[in-house]
Amino acid sequence: MRIVKALAVALSLSFASPVLAAEAPPPPDARFGFAGLFGTFDRGALQRGFQVYKEVCSACHSMRLLSYRNLLDIGLTDEQVRAIAAEYQITDGPNEDGEMFERPGRLSDRFRRPFPNEQAARVANNGAYPVDLSVITKARAGGANYIHALLTGYVDPPAGVEVMPGMNYNAWFAGNQIAMPNVLNPGQLEFADGTEATVEQMSRDVTTFLAWAAEPEMERRRQMGVKVLIFLAILGGLVYATKRKVWADVKH
Amino acid sequence: MAQTSAPSGATTHSPAGAPAEAVTKRDFLKLTTTAFAVVGVGALAWPFISSLAPGGDVLALASTDVDLAPIAEGSAVTVMWRGKPVFVRHRTAAEIEAARAEPLSGLKDPAADDSRVQQAPWLVVVGICTHLGCVPLGQRPTDARGDFGGWFCPCHGSHYDTSGRIRRGPAPTNLEVPSYTFTSDTAIRIG
Amino acid sequence: MAIGLHDSSFKNPVVRWVDQRLPVFTMIQKEYGTFPTPRNFNYFWNFGALAMINLMIMIATGVFLAMHYTAHVDHAFESVERIMRDVHFGWLIRYAHMNGAHLFFAVVFIHIWRGMYYGSYKAPRELLWILGVIIFLLMMATAFMGYVLPWGQMSFWGATVITNLFSAIPLIGPEIVTYLWGGFSVDNPTLNRFFSLHFLLPFVITGVVFLHVAALHITGSNNPLGIEPKGPQDTLPFHPYYTAKDSVGIVVYLAVFAFLIFFMPNYLGHADNYIPANPLVTPAHIVPEWYFLPFYAILRAVPDKLGGVILMFGAIAVLFVLPWLDTSKVRSMRFRPIARIAFLLWTVNFMVLTWVGAKPAEGHYVLIAQIGTMIYFAYFLVVLPALGRLERPLPLPESIARAVLGPKAQLGGGPVPGAATAQPMEKA
Repeated sequence: MRIVKALAVALSLSFASPVLAAEAPPPPDARFGFAGLFGTFDRGALQRGFQVYKEVCSACHSMRLLSYRNLLDIGLTDEQVRAIAAEYQITDGPNEDGEMFERPGRLSDRFRRPFPNEQAARVANNGAYPVDLSVITKARAGGANYIHALLTGYVDPPAGVEVMPGMNYNAWFAGNQIAMPNVLNPGQLEFADGTEATVEQMSRDVTTFLAWAAEPEMERRRQMGVKVLIFLAILGGLVYATKRKVWADVKH
Repeated sequence: MAQTSAPSGATTHSPAGAPAEAVTKRDFLKLTTTAFAVVGVGALAWPFISSLAPGGDVLALASTDVDLAPIAEGSAVTVMWRGKPVFVRHRTAAEIEAARAEPLSGLKDPAADDSRVQQAPWLVVVGICTHLGCVPLGQRPTDARGDFGGWFCPCHGSHYDTSGRIRRGPAPTNLEVPSYTFTSDTAIRIG
Repeated sequence: MAIGLHDSSFKNPVVRWVDQRLPVFTMIQKEYGTFPTPRNFNYFWNFGALAMINLMIMIATGVFLAMHYTAHVDHAFESVERIMRDVHFGWLIRYAHMNGAHLFFAVVFIHIWRGMYYGSYKAPRELLWILGVIIFLLMMATAFMGYVLPWGQMSFWGATVITNLFSAIPLIGPEIVTYLWGGFSVDNPTLNRFFSLHFLLPFVITGVVFLHVAALHITGSNNPLGIEPKGPQDTLPFHPYYTAKDSVGIVVYLAVFAFLIFFMPNYLGHADNYIPANPLVTPAHIVPEWYFLPFYAILRAVPDKLGGVILMFGAIAVLFVLPWLDTSKVRSMRFRPIARIAFLLWTVNFMVLTWVGAKPAEGHYVLIAQIGTMIYFAYFLVVLPALGRLERPLPLPESIARAVLGPKAQLGGGPVPGAATAQPMEKA
């Protein structure tokens, strides 16, 4: 048994830091409602977050893995989503004449990208490439906490730090110099549900939306997990009792 | 293989003389445990089987819009719907007449022409022969259209009429009519 | 074996008909029913069965993933995300495969560790052990190539770094690497061949596992005391005793597995692998999956390229000759007071190597890795051979039954509690 204990301690130590953080400090826990083992996404936050993405982020950042139909999952109605999709002109084709043409978006279309390709995106953004946001909370150490910290992390550079031209100072970005400017300003948009658009509010909402976009299966996954673990607990009890019974008349 | 020393240790069942109750209890427990395990393994199969069904992206493409305006009378277009060809034919008055005049009693798979179209000039059928899944000829003006003016399947010689009904050959049923709606006078949505 | 129908003892006519012509039921009965198994296994002996189950889960989930995956650099990342989003329960199958790989290594590490602690590699089980090491090697190759398939940043750079190891081979190294890649860098041809091999190797593993089990059933299992069973009173039929005991371990294992899949599916992975592969930008820290870390630490401990590669492969190769390096006749560390301490220190050292493998290769981390590497090899090459001569083992018990049941257990005499007369197994 002593061996087992020593092994367990050592294993937990070696698991404790499987991923190395970059030079930036670990972001503070933003206590999102969807964090934790049984958290769920707040539908209001998701819809507000989509509004922030649509009106602010989508000017530069694509979400190429998402389709308009996915928005049905954040509590928008079929008509609302069809209307949102139709706002965008999607390139389709070629038609009978061999020409590409534009048509209003449909539910099955992917989110339209702001730039046709990476080069175009770089030219428009001073050489920096605005990353795709489809799985961004899975693709960054720190996840949603990091995204929220970054969005609210634009502060004045400390004395003596010189920010390179075209760059901005951010407390949570690795190296502190980030090409993306601060894009969230108080009251810059009006939420459909009347929530006050503070920087904190917009950042939390859009981060919630991004977390959902990265792991749309999360709520179902956790619900299923609870059922599976309950089943295994009962099965475990039964199997253990059976084992005890089987071994009852054997000394070992 | 292994040396065959007699298997030993305790017996499966309680030694003779032990109360019969113990036996029953263990058997019941074993049965319950086994039943639980079987249910668990069965449930495990479901996600795998389910993953074979069309995915969300495939289902999202399950409807196709067709603009009817450019299709001249007497001609036809083929559109893709759920990975299959759909024939949309703009029938001439003579073709409609031919389809309506045919008595139902003479048909292999009796169906009136008006039950197969929503607006008389427009015949919309899935372009897959009901015999073994080939695509019949008859869409292009130069194609053979068979003996009944509709479509002719070159694989095994099934003839379809101007209502897409089977008239001769091995195919058992008429060409399938997909569900569709007129979204305007000159446009339909299939699916 | 005599020609003619097998003399089947089964009563059910259908079973009997088959069994006479192909005695699979007799074989199952013999190998998994009445198979005499030492009566004193502890729960460490669950891990062979767990590894078997894990292999089956990996193959089942993998075959279904392959139905949806596209092995092309332009589509691989997206097709994996399509599995996660649009395929029904695709997320479950993919997360099961991903975390199953982590768990497979955890299970196999413990299985190997158990073999090392209780001396299961010693005569007459040397070949059984060697087959196990081959399975381990095949697993590492399979896991490495599987990790490349999602075509994320870690996939790409992991593939680049590991394939470049072969460039250390003198003269023909660069040529070999070009052949591995099928090009001049890791690219679409590389992805395609890795997919092909990643699909193939698990079935090769299954074949070697079959040999591993066949060899086990020739020699019989080792046990915590490391002494051979001397008679019927030392063993129990595999079923129901060890089927029941293994079942307990399987449910616990499934619970850990389920918790990982459903509640922290990405915890053991790297965030960088959700960034699509970019051949122009290397991530700030390339770290292999945790199960490669000890070997990665050994690789980086050596300042010389070829030397590092040789030591890394040597760290596994040394396991092949372990049965001959350990010259002690006593198997179980329970009776080897000094070797026991040495092995536990080696275990801690293995964990230190795991930890340091995840750290950047600079400053005192390099020194720790170097010391760890020396300890790793010293145990095999110096300590074990020396202890075989110098160590005085504790007295071994006379038999398993004597050790388990106490001194009252007389060989072949008197009523032995719980070790009643053998009866043919009946179908439950």
